[in-house]
Amino acid sequence: MAEIPSETESDSTDAKETALILEKVSKSFTQGKRRIEALREVSLKAQKGRVTGLIGPDGAGKTTLMRLSACLLKADAGRIQVLDLNANRNPLKVQSTIGYMPQRFGLYEDLSVQENLDLYADLQGVPQDQRADRNAELMKMTQLGKFTDRLAGRLSGGMKQKLGLACTLIRSPELLILDEPTVGVDPVSRRELWTIVSRLVEEEGMSVLLSTAYLDEAEECDEVVLLHGGRVLGHGPPGDFRKEQKGRTYWVTTTDGARKRDIQEKLSRGEKVVDAVIQGGGVRLVMADSEKPDLEALLDEVGDSERKSVSPRFEDSYIAILKEEEPRPDKAPIQEPKAGQDDGGEGREEAEPVIQVDHIKRKFGDFYAVKDVAFDVGSGEVFGLLGANGAGKTTTFRMLCGLLPVSEGSLKVAGLDLRKAAAKARARIGYMSQKFSLYGNLSVMENLRFFSSAYGLHGKRRRNRIEWALEQFDLADRAEAESGEMPLGYKQRLALACALMHEPEILFLDEPTSGVDPMARREFWRHINGLARAGVTVLVTTHFMEEAEYCDRLAIMVAGEILALGAPREIKDRAAEKAERKIEDIEEAFIALIESQAEEEGDE
Amino acid sequence: MNRKAAPEKRKPSTRGGSLMRLRGLVRKEFLQIMRDPSSIAIAFLMPVSLLLLFGYGVSLDAEHVPVAIVVESPSRDTASFTGAFERSKYFDPEHYGAMRAAKQALRDHRVDGIVRLRSDFAQKLQSGATAPIQVILNGVDANTARLVAGYVEGVWTGWLSDRARQQGRTLEMPVEVDQRIWFNSEVRSRNFLVPGLIAVIMTLIGALLTAMVMAREWERGTMEALMVTPVTIREVILGKLIPYFVMGMGGLALSVVMALYLFEVPLRGSLWVLTAASALFLLVALGMGLLISITARTQFVAGQTAIIVTFLPAFLLSGFLFDIQSMPVVVQGITHAIAARYYVAILQTVFLAGDVFPVIWPNALALLVMAAFFLGVSRLKARKRLD
Amino acid sequence: MFRPILALMQKEFLALMKDKKSRFTIVIPPIVQLLVFGYAATYDLTYVPLAVYDEDRSAASRELIARFTGSPNFQEAARITRQDQIAPLIDRKEVLVLVHIHPRFTRNLLTGKTGKIQVIVDGRNSNTAMIALGYVRAIVTRFNLEWVETHGGPTPPARLETRAWYNPNLESRWFIVPGIVGLLTLVVTMLVTALSVAREREQGTFDQLLVTPMRPVEILLGKALPGFIIGAGEATVIILLTVFWFQVPLRGDLLLLYIGLFLFLMSAIGVGLMISSLSVTQQQGLLGAFMFLVPAIILSGFTTPIANMPTVVQKITLLNPLRYFMVVIRGVFLEDAPLHLYLRQFWPMAVIGIVCLALAGWLFRHRIN
Repeated sequence: MAEIPSETESDSTDAKETALILEKVSKSFTQGKRRIEALREVSLKAQKGRVTGLIGPDGAGKTTLMRLSACLLKADAGRIQVLDLNANRNPLKVQSTIGYMPQRFGLYEDLSVQENLDLYADLQGVPQDQRADRNAELMKMTQLGKFTDRLAGRLSGGMKQKLGLACTLIRSPELLILDEPTVGVDPVSRRELWTIVSRLVEEEGMSVLLSTAYLDEAEECDEVVLLHGGRVLGHGPPGDFRKEQKGRTYWVTTTDGARKRDIQEKLSRGEKVVDAVIQGGGVRLVMADSEKPDLEALLDEVGDSERKSVSPRFEDSYIAILKEEEPRPDKAPIQEPKAGQDDGGEGREEAEPVIQVDHIKRKFGDFYAVKDVAFDVGSGEVFGLLGANGAGKTTTFRMLCGLLPVSEGSLKVAGLDLRKAAAKARARIGYMSQKFSLYGNLSVMENLRFFSSAYGLHGKRRRNRIEWALEQFDLADRAEAESGEMPLGYKQRLALACALMHEPEILFLDEPTSGVDPMARREFWRHINGLARAGVTVLVTTHFMEEAEYCDRLAIMVAGEILALGAPREIKDRAAEKAERKIEDIEEAFIALIESQAEEEGDE
Repeated sequence: MNRKAAPEKRKPSTRGGSLMRLRGLVRKEFLQIMRDPSSIAIAFLMPVSLLLLFGYGVSLDAEHVPVAIVVESPSRDTASFTGAFERSKYFDPEHYGAMRAAKQALRDHRVDGIVRLRSDFAQKLQSGATAPIQVILNGVDANTARLVAGYVEGVWTGWLSDRARQQGRTLEMPVEVDQRIWFNSEVRSRNFLVPGLIAVIMTLIGALLTAMVMAREWERGTMEALMVTPVTIREVILGKLIPYFVMGMGGLALSVVMALYLFEVPLRGSLWVLTAASALFLLVALGMGLLISITARTQFVAGQTAIIVTFLPAFLLSGFLFDIQSMPVVVQGITHAIAARYYVAILQTVFLAGDVFPVIWPNALALLVMAAFFLGVSRLKARKRLD
Repeated sequence: MFRPILALMQKEFLALMKDKKSRFTIVIPPIVQLLVFGYAATYDLTYVPLAVYDEDRSAASRELIARFTGSPNFQEAARITRQDQIAPLIDRKEVLVLVHIHPRFTRNLLTGKTGKIQVIVDGRNSNTAMIALGYVRAIVTRFNLEWVETHGGPTPPARLETRAWYNPNLESRWFIVPGIVGLLTLVVTMLVTALSVAREREQGTFDQLLVTPMRPVEILLGKALPGFIIGAGEATVIILLTVFWFQVPLRGDLLLLYIGLFLFLMSAIGVGLMISSLSVTQQQGLLGAFMFLVPAIILSGFTTPIANMPTVVQKITLLNPLRYFMVVIRGVFLEDAPLHLYLRQFWPMAVIGIVCLALAGWLFRHRIN
């Protein structure tokens, strides 16, 4: 080990304005026989009194970096200084000084809100006489005052997140480390969290280090650190990142009524296109340079369209940087060679809906997880269920897949209630559950083999499908890797591949993009687009509001009920009507709808 | 480490803080126990139900043993002999006419033994020659067979001396054994089985209570949040130990009360010795659970390990059923690693013999060493780190 | 129909055997435990520590004492000279048995009176005490016979000729070791099955399984067969060790043993899978496994006869598959019992197995968290 210089004198100048210093920090893990380098000689500084955001795809090393800073891991090499403390020598002191919220918030779900707070007050040694004040302050900040007696496990995702935050703030720390604090949380709660964080920074001068998968949140940070493959790719204020893309970003809408999914697909295959992604009612396009002719040529292919220049955002640069770093071969989108389905999809659209949900309810004890949900999904449609964790999306899904009986009402999938239908009927659906349920200690190949057999595939067809999955989802070089130890993005692709082994007509995807980084999300939606084009009906739940734009129609669920149902445009219009202002994206619409409902309830 | 040195302006890890943290952890654990009935079931329901089941179920005292009696030519003498069997509480005699039928009954497990008086029994008896009585036992269960053989012998000597008395003589043997069974003169196997069972049950409970608790916190991600607070690893371990210790002592008290009042096992030693030894043993059992929990990290492996290392070794190697001194030397060596062994020795002594400190001290010392070992290794193995 | 089952079986094997720790716990401990328990679990006593208090000190008393100290069952641990030395020796467990020969022992013997000896036994473990007393009595009886032969005297008018079938030397190892076969087979199958569904439920893969076209019967078979194979394999190893290492005679029909093993595994796996399907978390599964395993072993007749139990408890043991298997395995090993005796054990195991498996299969879909 390298000699670590004495920390006392030399760092005192730095310590005044930096909250966290990493110098050539490396960290690797052994997984089975492989050695994974999570961080390679990472150096960075986080300023005091600022919000520093850690951005990067899965496996970039964000969580490792945070755990190192919280002294939960020991660096293999390099020096970490937290405030004015050497992390290597004074782990306990560091841990007493900082506040840390792990992924999933680290709450005791079987304790009540107040009991969780009391526990952390005890652990942090908050004197009794100060507790009442601090408590009141935190309750006011998080608006959890009404729920102090509720068990943490019964809180919604947003409330859990705020409680987790409150627990780390019980003794106001100098450095706050938050690991993906907004995953699985609805947009309203996300905004509230950011309000709290910026208040802490402004009023208390707290330093904050947080990681996030939402790139719009990166814009809110004072500084952004872009990590990839264990190295720092960029570091600076988000504005600096944006500058590079100036004059290369456009917003394209069609005038001939073509589906935006199709345009996006065509655009993304264009040369010199860095990124094409659905945004609002159109497609956001990022070009590799600002040469107009290329763009004109490209747009001609698409058909009648309008374009306008838009100002770049952080996400554009993020994709641009990562694409450069890790160019992925462009593959033709999935074409499901399904007999009688290739053009049959269109013809059947008018026919009976593939999924019929008729006022179903589901009760657990005396609590309605789903109350009175009704919708239809047509053949070849991409239908989205939106809502935060605990809104009842997963319960609805489990009922549709026949995993859970309905308490009231009725539902039909492909004309059948899967709970009662013969086992063979299940061959027509594919299901990808939350958390990508794979057999973690089996390899990629073993998972594929198992699921293909479970779906009754054998012989040549099975071999072909496995080959197809390995190739289509870029899994070939990981075929022997243990699936439980792969990065989330790989797990997600494998899970999707497993659900598609038997070429189902209907695909259920439960939060398929949760916790997955933007690059992997893009790729994922490309697959979904391909499937939809091939006539597969897709039902998807998500809490990423921007993903709603990929859906033909969607339902927004809140607390077990459908708040709004329709095409994205219709929902935005309805929200605009209620809010009496113009609304351009689904997230805004969601917030407006929730607010207006809250008002209505208030009126009653 | 000079954690306690240098008073900090920020947050002191003073002793008061430590107590406060410990109190917080203990309260948290208790709250979780209250919310999750399974822990309460383990601590209280399990000892009661197991002790009831085993206290009544496990017995080495055979009574009403079914035996086939074959009298080939009945006479007054044979009647007096079979009468002695009919009067014995140990036997349920059944008469068979022929040896063949009796043997078939033995093969079919309808009887556990055959007593045969041959046709010349009375004649030999009268003539003064020694009349043989044939006894055939099912030897599969050697222990029971030996017991039954003893009972048969008892009936036989009883009959002989009755007969001698009737003839106005006394039956004189060259050497007669005057046997005294100390501590358990009425030879109730329950008196030693119940204390032994308490040891087995408490091994199970101690390990079950803690084997999963650490693994669970790792899996649920709460440990990660806990670690980034000023708590020390010692506090985390104590915070787990104290609540389950209290619960375990509760379960133990319940078992002792049942032993004394339901199974009427005498307590000849003092209650404080019993309590102290039990506390020590519980520490070992909990420590073992904690160690499993810390090293396994996943509930699956922790569960498997707990099944393998707790029940059967405590059941078979603790000396509660099988005499340790009769085991091969190597196996005897292994029994030294079984905490229940020491506890069984203390329990049987305290319950039946009294406060025999020369027995209690070495065993208590062994328990102390084991407790220190398990808790010490747990302390070393548990880190405030994830790697 | 068979391919999915095969695939599921293969997956179960991989899931169990791929993890080193898991593989270890399934394979190694049963064999080690057989060896350790096989030696440990015996009621036969060797080297019982014995104290001698000889107040007579004559040739006759010495001869009697020599019979004790020369016996493989006893070992002289102390020779005392005063009455007050007795209590501490026994209290401290330094000796288990004390033989006290009175001063007038030889004189009584020679004058045709009864020479009394006092035997004090530590009764803390009354079973051990009774066994030790049995040894003492056997030695004394033999002494008496020989004394009468050489010195003359009245012989008893009748004597017992005791013989034990199946196990002439009454070796309790012959009784216990085959029992361990059943015991360990049960533990292994519980390890394999009791957590298998619970683990999949906790990890969410069970839902994934349920949406495939596999029917509950197929899932059930896929889950049960690995337990079957592992259980049967380990049982075979243990049986081989029992025969060749512990030299327990195998007198009956191996086919019957394997029919019994098959039915026993079916019932044990049924119980394991039922527990597993009932549990939502692995902790509940583990708890369930314990709550079944412990009573099943203690109330199986493995160490203490079922006949000694109160009637109510005897009725409860009718639900215990191990109870039946114990009879089968001991029947085959030692007795070569008649066929109908096996049949009486076979059908209850089959019923328990079928009911539990059916219930487990039903629970797959109907257990709602």
